[in-house]
Amino acid sequence: MHELGLMSSAMDAVLQQARSRGAQRVHRIVLRIGALAGVEPESLRFAFDVVTRDTIAAGSTLEVDAVPARARCAACAEDFDAGTDYVFSCPRCGQLSGDLRQGRELELAQIEMS
Amino acid sequence: MCVECGCDQPVPFGIKVLRFVAPGILRANTVPAVAAASTAVAAAGAQVERKTVDLHVPLLAKNDQVAAGNRANFRGRKILALNLVSSPGAGKTTLLSRTLDEFGLETKCAVVVGDLETDNDARRLARPHAPVAQITTGTACHLDAGMVAKSVESLDLTGVRVLFIENVGNLVCPAEFDLGEELRVVLISTTEGEEKPLKYPPIFKTAHVVLLTKTDVAEALGFNCALAIENVRRIAPQAKLIQLSARSGEGLVEWYELLRAHLFRP
Repeated sequence: MHELGLMSSAMDAVLQQARSRGAQRVHRIVLRIGALAGVEPESLRFAFDVVTRDTIAAGSTLEVDAVPARARCAACAEDFDAGTDYVFSCPRCGQLSGDLRQGRELELAQIEMS
Repeated sequence: MCVECGCDQPVPFGIKVLRFVAPGILRANTVPAVAAASTAVAAAGAQVERKTVDLHVPLLAKNDQVAAGNRANFRGRKILALNLVSSPGAGKTTLLSRTLDEFGLETKCAVVVGDLETDNDARRLARPHAPVAQITTGTACHLDAGMVAKSVESLDLTGVRVLFIENVGNLVCPAEFDLGEELRVVLISTTEGEEKPLKYPPIFKTAHVVLLTKTDVAEALGFNCALAIENVRRIAPQAKLIQLSARSGEGLVEWYELLRAHLFRP
């Protein structure tokens, strides 16, 4: 997808948070990324290096908190691991589900700063 | 910000409102628009201890905020907004043309149509009874909520009950950009083969409605309808599926019924 644009939007948020807390350096950034968010972690890392350059986050580390995809089966009324192939087939009854409960997260989760 | 390379250059996009004068004679109002550039930030403040802050900041925040504003605007005005997405050439414009000529006569519709270049689609869609705006995105491969907000401002939506947003022909990127629509409609045409849902699952996963178009030529193409439907069902069991042909008229009654069923009560 648009990892560089995304990362840039993340960095806007990071800098805003850091500034509002009077921080001078950002040391570590944690992003929460769902398995079905359509984001390539490798591209994110590349983008991270580009967007942190010449900012107070230059040289900081990027961590990705990966969130597995889980869908709900309407028949069993239970959540199951949905994998990453976009076919959400209930392991108990085989019914297909379109009800994704988690796995599309794209969030700034944590910042370590000083 | 530029979505292509992430640089801080503003992305220029154009909006053209087509006023229907007579067939073939069109006057256009060009409204230049420039996406807001992101601001560089210099941090200041006293030296403090290292601290860790837990957050939940969505990364598409800017687009999502604008999309939420669009949605509130559309709902407030009781306008049903639909985001039509498909690969290039799946028949979005042809379907909309006929929809405006039939359904559009009983229910006032407006169209916002996105392409990288040309206002050809807006010209095809311009009708005396339907306001149409063309967004030219330049190099951007999808519409975003800001472009839609800006283009809607330039349209007279008095009396409009349905807004069709025809996205840039692309089955990948539009999946990630909420425009503030009520319904996301994904088109797949018989000329594209049966496997599109399996090859481009994210967009189908987010669909409220899937339209299987160009059914009139399915037989000549050797298109396996049952297999295509099974593939749609596997990826998008949540979606309402309609098979139609904007040329023969097959399935259009069902399409108009779906639109009627989702109209906001005046």
